[in-house]
Amino acid sequence: MKLMVLVAQLGWMYLGYALPLIVVISLVYAATRHEDLKAIFRHAVGCATWIVGLMVVVGLIMALVSAWL
Amino acid sequence: MASQAEQNPPETIHLKDPALAALLAWLVPGLGHLYQGRTAKGILFLVGILGIFAYGVYLGGDREVGWGRVVYMSFHPEDQRLHFLCQAGVGLSALPAVIQAFRVRSGRAPLWGSFMAPPRLPSDRSSNRPTLDDLHKRLHHYFELGTLYTMIAGLLNILAIYDAWAGPVREEPAEEPKPPSEPEASSGGSQPAASDRPDSKSRPSEQTNPAQTPSA
Repeated sequence: MKLMVLVAQLGWMYLGYALPLIVVISLVYAATRHEDLKAIFRHAVGCATWIVGLMVVVGLIMALVSAWL
Repeated sequence: MASQAEQNPPETIHLKDPALAALLAWLVPGLGHLYQGRTAKGILFLVGILGIFAYGVYLGGDREVGWGRVVYMSFHPEDQRLHFLCQAGVGLSALPAVIQAFRVRSGRAPLWGSFMAPPRLPSDRSSNRPTLDDLHKRLHHYFELGTLYTMIAGLLNILAIYDAWAGPVREEPAEEPKPPSEPEASSGGSQPAASDRPDSKSRPSEQTNPAQTPSA
């Protein structure tokens, strides 16, 4: 049981490596759509929210499927 | 009633020489935009793309085996490093991998503490440099993370190169149907639009629409 908790904690730690990627991908994607910095940042926030939301949805589906199996 | 185009006149972005800008953007992320005078975006691309590339180089190495071991060029049948095709998108930053690959291939020792040097092939017994398996054992998951970071940096720079070449992708506002009584001549006569010029791109000055969400 302790091992499973440790593995789960490590999994959460690994998610931290996604943060810089989400930030940079959102900014670069938004920068290819706009020229104005305010518009870029506004679009990047929406894009990052969308990515995180999708990750949460996929994670929940995976958790449900793994609990069911 | 004034139309949306009249309220927000198109703003022209001078792309100067798009081919040169694209080349510069490939060599150094953001350099093409700096050449075009698009300083803010140039700095954004420079810091963002080179930042995650440098972080990937840092993750994919250590003092013992050398830094940046996740970025290397090898197309030997025993080690087809196709990841390098994506990593090469950052241009000059990946150039040491090319130099190291040619040195190793010609039988010489890698430079700079094996920075971006290809690992020893399993069949090569002529040196004691680490093999790919050794790098995985040494760096664990950081090898994969470093590979991922550097590949994504290269791929993102391709977006930046396209932006330097063609300007930002325009998100067109939804066109409202014109009433039939409105004359066509009110849109500016026979003057050519700024977007018709090959070295410029016009866009609405206000592109942001809070209702717009990024598509996949």
